[in-house]
Amino acid sequence: MNNLNRDQMAARVARDIPEGAYVNLGIGLPTLVANHLPKYLEVFLHSENGILGIGPAPAAGEEDFDLINAGKQPVTLLPGGVYFHHADSFGMMRGGHLDICVLGAFQVSVSGDLANWHTGAADAIPAVGGAMDLAIGAKKTYVMMEHLTKRGESKIVNGCTYPLTGIACVSRIYTDLAVIDITPNGLQVVDIIDGLSLEELQKISGVPLNQKH
Amino acid sequence: MSTRAIAGVEWPVSQCCCVDWSGEMINKIVASVEAALADIKDSSTVMISGFGGAGQPTELIDGLIAQGARDLTVVNNNAGNGETGLAALLAGGQVRKIICSFPRQTDSQIFDGLYRAGKLELELVPQGNLAERIRAAGAGIGAFFSPTGYGTDLAKGKETREINGRMYVLEMPIHADVALVKAEAGDRWGNLVYRKAARNFGPIMASAAKLTIASVHSVVELGALDPEAVVTPGIFVQRVVKVPRSASGTAPQKKEAA
Repeated sequence: MNNLNRDQMAARVARDIPEGAYVNLGIGLPTLVANHLPKYLEVFLHSENGILGIGPAPAAGEEDFDLINAGKQPVTLLPGGVYFHHADSFGMMRGGHLDICVLGAFQVSVSGDLANWHTGAADAIPAVGGAMDLAIGAKKTYVMMEHLTKRGESKIVNGCTYPLTGIACVSRIYTDLAVIDITPNGLQVVDIIDGLSLEELQKISGVPLNQKH
Repeated sequence: MSTRAIAGVEWPVSQCCCVDWSGEMINKIVASVEAALADIKDSSTVMISGFGGAGQPTELIDGLIAQGARDLTVVNNNAGNGETGLAALLAGGQVRKIICSFPRQTDSQIFDGLYRAGKLELELVPQGNLAERIRAAGAGIGAFFSPTGYGTDLAKGKETREINGRMYVLEMPIHADVALVKAEAGDRWGNLVYRKAARNFGPIMASAAKLTIASVHSVVELGALDPEAVVTPGIFVQRVVKVPRSASGTAPQKKEAA
């Protein structure tokens, strides 16, 4: 079995983003999803700092630092793209206007609780940014993360031990091993990488999993 | 009785009492940053626009450092980058408390040191609640229920309510004594337009402060800004000061996790 690498994970998420969707891609791993959206599809990428219609990264020397994304990297604007102020931008999230938001995570619980903003370590300086607004705002919140921590523990848990970002807000998890839906009937495995059985995934995950029919 | 034509109608001057007919033109353009900031008092709450470097009114912050007001509460999305701008304001010991959503960055060493030393109070607010609390202040809203943060550490101790089956947290507006806002262009009535994503917090902060001071890169004649495209109407702005573009915010900055 070969775990998906970061680009393969991003490509897998991109497959589930339909034309016309209004989408916010979180900082880090989710940002890679943009590279895998087919050029012939029109997808509206939103950035929390006040942009709809983000285009590709600018060429070297063409950067405009008044035009940056949430990760403060320079971006471009597509023809038809627009700018707006912060309250409007977060109104788009909180008001349920975004179709999909893709976020990274430390942990996701079986009921869809998300922990992704703070390790809870005593000496850590807290910073939340738009994480809590994104988590609960979009019609669908997808999480993209490695299945296991570096120490081999499942990041899908019965209850989050890290501080929560949002409650019952995640609808689907994409990992390097599987795609899993969070449903009222528990976790349902949508996809699993070649060479890994449901039983093996179950053992690794340590939470109850069902095959989606 | 003398009369004056308004909208094509001759009115007796005695009925024009709401208008200053002294003949002085309204002019919110101030000659220098120093003059624009001269009367900011100690212990003020100061909103500062910007998301990282984009939209940060660097010249106004430098002016506030020179002006020297202390014991300030600063409202900004971040808590300073590198050693300049907001970071320098913090480093100078002028700030007692910061209200922000994302203080920790790869180059937030000034904030980090002050916070760890207990020399700077932090109120951490989810970014959308921060924006809406500022907007609410400007719009005269007494408080509002937001779903963001419900059930998390950042909602601890706050009133909650179930509305139509969903849980919400009561959030209070954030008012300011002063807003320092970076815009692109303005006129003598204080109408403002912004540039690209540097708009971010500018329009809502302008509405939430008693005294809004905007830096602009160009001052234009009345009527030159398309009234369909003015983002901040002049009613929200008290002072406008022109600063050169070269020194302002578009310099490359380090890539960072935000």
